[in-house]
Amino acid sequence: MMLNQFLILSAFLFCTGIYGVLARRNGVLVLMSVELMLNAVNINLVAFSAFRASVEGQIFALFVITIAAAEVGVGLAIVLLIYRNSRNSDLDNIDQLKG
Amino acid sequence: MLAEYSAVVPDVAFWIIAVAMGLAALRVVTTKNIVHAALYLVVVLAGAAALYILLTAEFVGWVQVLVYIGAVVILFLFGIMLTRAPRTDTELDNDQRWAAAIVALFFMGVLIVLLVDAFGAKHIVLNDNLQASGRLTADFVKHGHNGQVVRPTVGSAIFQQYVLPFEAISMLLLAALVGAVAMARRD
Repeated sequence: MMLNQFLILSAFLFCTGIYGVLARRNGVLVLMSVELMLNAVNINLVAFSAFRASVEGQIFALFVITIAAAEVGVGLAIVLLIYRNSRNSDLDNIDQLKG
Repeated sequence: MLAEYSAVVPDVAFWIIAVAMGLAALRVVTTKNIVHAALYLVVVLAGAAALYILLTAEFVGWVQVLVYIGAVVILFLFGIMLTRAPRTDTELDNDQRWAAAIVALFFMGVLIVLLVDAFGAKHIVLNDNLQASGRLTADFVKHGHNGQVVRPTVGSAIFQQYVLPFEAISMLLLAALVGAVAMARRD
């Protein structure tokens, strides 16, 4: 297997995540796109771990998975608060700091 | 015969998984039904787990299945339910969709050029890994840990070299748990 096929798949997933973060309006969907980006990074880490035949990449992937779980918990709590304050989870409505 | 088999099968498996993941990822960011987006995300996450297993990172693969598909997607579904998101087809994109697509395509192009330039001819050789891990488990079953050359495994690396980050991340998880409860609680 080429190394690049994993890296380019992961680049594709990352760019899909970028598009989702920028283009989605709903807070839950933005968090899902962030998960896509974190997964792209994990694929990179595990691919390099196999490429270098060392275990460090897998350890970092495990840490990223843990942090992603924490991030989703806090992120969904924030989306829930946004929903309670403005009766929908539309991120375009959060513009109270706009001058 | 066997060598040819083992050289072709991972590539075929990779392309099947990669095409499924790519299409599902596109659907996650374009579908108009938010519950479908969560379910397409499951396909992407399961594909990533399959890739980890393909790369002989079985532990990471199963952690991915347990944590992401088992916990994170369920959290997403709870989030969809609690925010009473519309479950029918609705317009979920904002009006900067085209700018977002241009940014994503530009970044994709830059990344592909850089990756082809940097890693164009590099191959992943898995046979060494596979044999080493097989030998390791066989030795543990037969002789135990009697001074042989043991390749670092995920467990020993986490609990020896990376034990401090491991403990730090457990504190982070606790803090995130308490923080999420404190924020989302009705008072």
